[in-house]
Amino acid sequence: MSGALLQLTGVGLAFAGNRVLDEVDFAVPERGIVSLIGPNGAGKTSLFNCITGFYRPHVGAITFGGHDLRRLKPHRITAAGIARTFQNLRLFREMSVPENVMSGMHCRTHAGAFGAIFRPPRQRAEEAEIRATAAECLRFVDIAGDWNRVATTLPYGHQRRVEIARALATRPRLLLLDEPAAGLHGGEKQELIALINRIRDERGIAVLLIEHDTGLVMKVSERISVLDHGVMIAEGTAKEIQANPRVIEAYLGQEDAGADLEL
Amino acid sequence: MATDDRPGAGTTPALARLAGPLAALADNAAARRAGIVALLALMVVAPFVFGEYATVILTNALLYVVLALGLNVVVGYAGLLDLGYAAFFAVGAYTVGILTLRVGVNFWLTLPVAVCTAALAGVIIGGPTLRLRSDYLAIVTLGFGEIVRISARNMSITGMASGLSGIHQPWLFGWHIATPRDFYYLFCVLAILAVAVSVRLADSRLGRAWLYVRYDEDAAEAMGIDRVRVKLAAYVTGAIFGALGGVFFAVNLGAISPESFSFTQSVLILMAVILGGMGKIPGVILGAMIVILGPELLRSLGELRLLVFAVGLLLIMLFRPSGIWPGRGRQQ
Ligand SMILES: Nc1ncnc2c1ncn2[C@@H]1O[C@H](COP(=O)(O)OP(=O)(O)O)[C@@H](O)[C@H]1O
Ligand SMILES: [Mg+2]
Repeated sequence: MSGALLQLTGVGLAFAGNRVLDEVDFAVPERGIVSLIGPNGAGKTSLFNCITGFYRPHVGAITFGGHDLRRLKPHRITAAGIARTFQNLRLFREMSVPENVMSGMHCRTHAGAFGAIFRPPRQRAEEAEIRATAAECLRFVDIAGDWNRVATTLPYGHQRRVEIARALATRPRLLLLDEPAAGLHGGEKQELIALINRIRDERGIAVLLIEHDTGLVMKVSERISVLDHGVMIAEGTAKEIQANPRVIEAYLGQEDAGADLEL
Repeated sequence: MATDDRPGAGTTPALARLAGPLAALADNAAARRAGIVALLALMVVAPFVFGEYATVILTNALLYVVLALGLNVVVGYAGLLDLGYAAFFAVGAYTVGILTLRVGVNFWLTLPVAVCTAALAGVIIGGPTLRLRSDYLAIVTLGFGEIVRISARNMSITGMASGLSGIHQPWLFGWHIATPRDFYYLFCVLAILAVAVSVRLADSRLGRAWLYVRYDEDAAEAMGIDRVRVKLAAYVTGAIFGALGGVFFAVNLGAISPESFSFTQSVLILMAVILGGMGKIPGVILGAMIVILGPELLRSLGELRLLVFAVGLLLIMLFRPSGIWPGRGRQQ
């Protein structure tokens, strides 16, 4: 796995002595679609937060494209090529749909106060590029029309897609999606599967997915990792995971999950 | 979903109805252009129509427009609570006073010095403080404001408690800026520049980044925005506006004293920003006008005027918590 795009080795995280991640080894290959599943509170979102620099693991190594990420601030990690969405929608309120997506281009552009006030040709070209990229990302996730609306007034499923467009605007090599199907209905879930595949196929972006909808996970992922109480208990293809006794046991601990594992 | 959690949405029937046409006016490009032209024409003729006393008051109001627009970058755009803004105002004023009176520098050469001094002060105060993720800034800026005022009171170079006087009125290409009317027009130009700069900043990569950070720091960081750097840019930009306001304040009055830069001054400017609806340029201009002209217009009430004014402000805050100017997000 040394050729992996993202590599976590022996990552451990604790809050006030409460162990959230325990010696986690994990990898995402270049152009891979990988899912991370596990019961609520297993530590999946915490793992995302470690990768994106919001949490600092106490032990272990995280490398991306061979570079150490551990001491980088979140904005540097984004600039290095990792983008994310949030489990709970985190769109910028009171801002329009394109304005939200333009935020992704911040780390790819440079104009400051001087450029804003005097508007030299360089700044104008950059501004045009920001707008063009935002428009292009919105078309990619299939948000048409509605552009002058405040993003948080869109229907829920559209807001999810605007968040993905915003992450794509950072021009990532790896996209982390935290429960992107939560709250979507059946048709929208099918569209999400298609979108995830297009993100990888057309843009060559690797996708790491946290998702509770096991059906969706089984359909879209090439590899699946299972986290339980901060421990990585299994890794494999959809078939291997479904047959894994430790996984079944972990899910049986949950009230509703027995059926969840079926396709 | 998630549509009705905006603060102040659907609270104020009467005032909201009033704000409706105002919003429509602000939305219509042609109407807006006509409004701006009318306003500029009014600005030009005002000294002739209203007389010298009003000209002096209006000059003061225009100064507050500049200061409020500067603080608006910090508070309105970037969402940073700055309780010591008058300190930068003082930096500008004292730079002019000290350099022209004690060193004999030409007035116009003090401008870049004031800008650099304010920017440096902004970096020194903001640099360490803005790293912290809380309202430390409010406390630190409050302290900074008081330190600047108290220092000015106690140093001989700043003229101690009595301040500096006899600051010369400047020349500009053969125009001696001397009469109240001269200063009025000078401040008109300053205010227009401040508006233009504010508009351009708002509609830029940096201006959007301020809003991203103000609305959701974590999401902004996840989008690759360096929150400390972006906040520092806002704080320093505000500092420069404040210092420039101070520079022209000093030459206008010809005399400055520490009490011009008190905490009350900072609060007054902050009030203009909040009253106008943080981040909204026309609102902030209106806020500055109300804060300065309000007590003047109520002068006939005598002793009661400040009380009436305060109650008026309270009512506005109560009924329009997000400012008098209609906000964005009305498009549902
Ligand atoms: N900032 C934090 N402070 C304290 N505990 C936390 C923090 N973040 C996560 N945790 C704890 O870590 C555990 C895993 O949470 P999380 O990563 O959100 O799980 P999942 O996303 O798998 O549902 C939970 O017990 C949660 O309470
Ligand atoms: Mg989670």
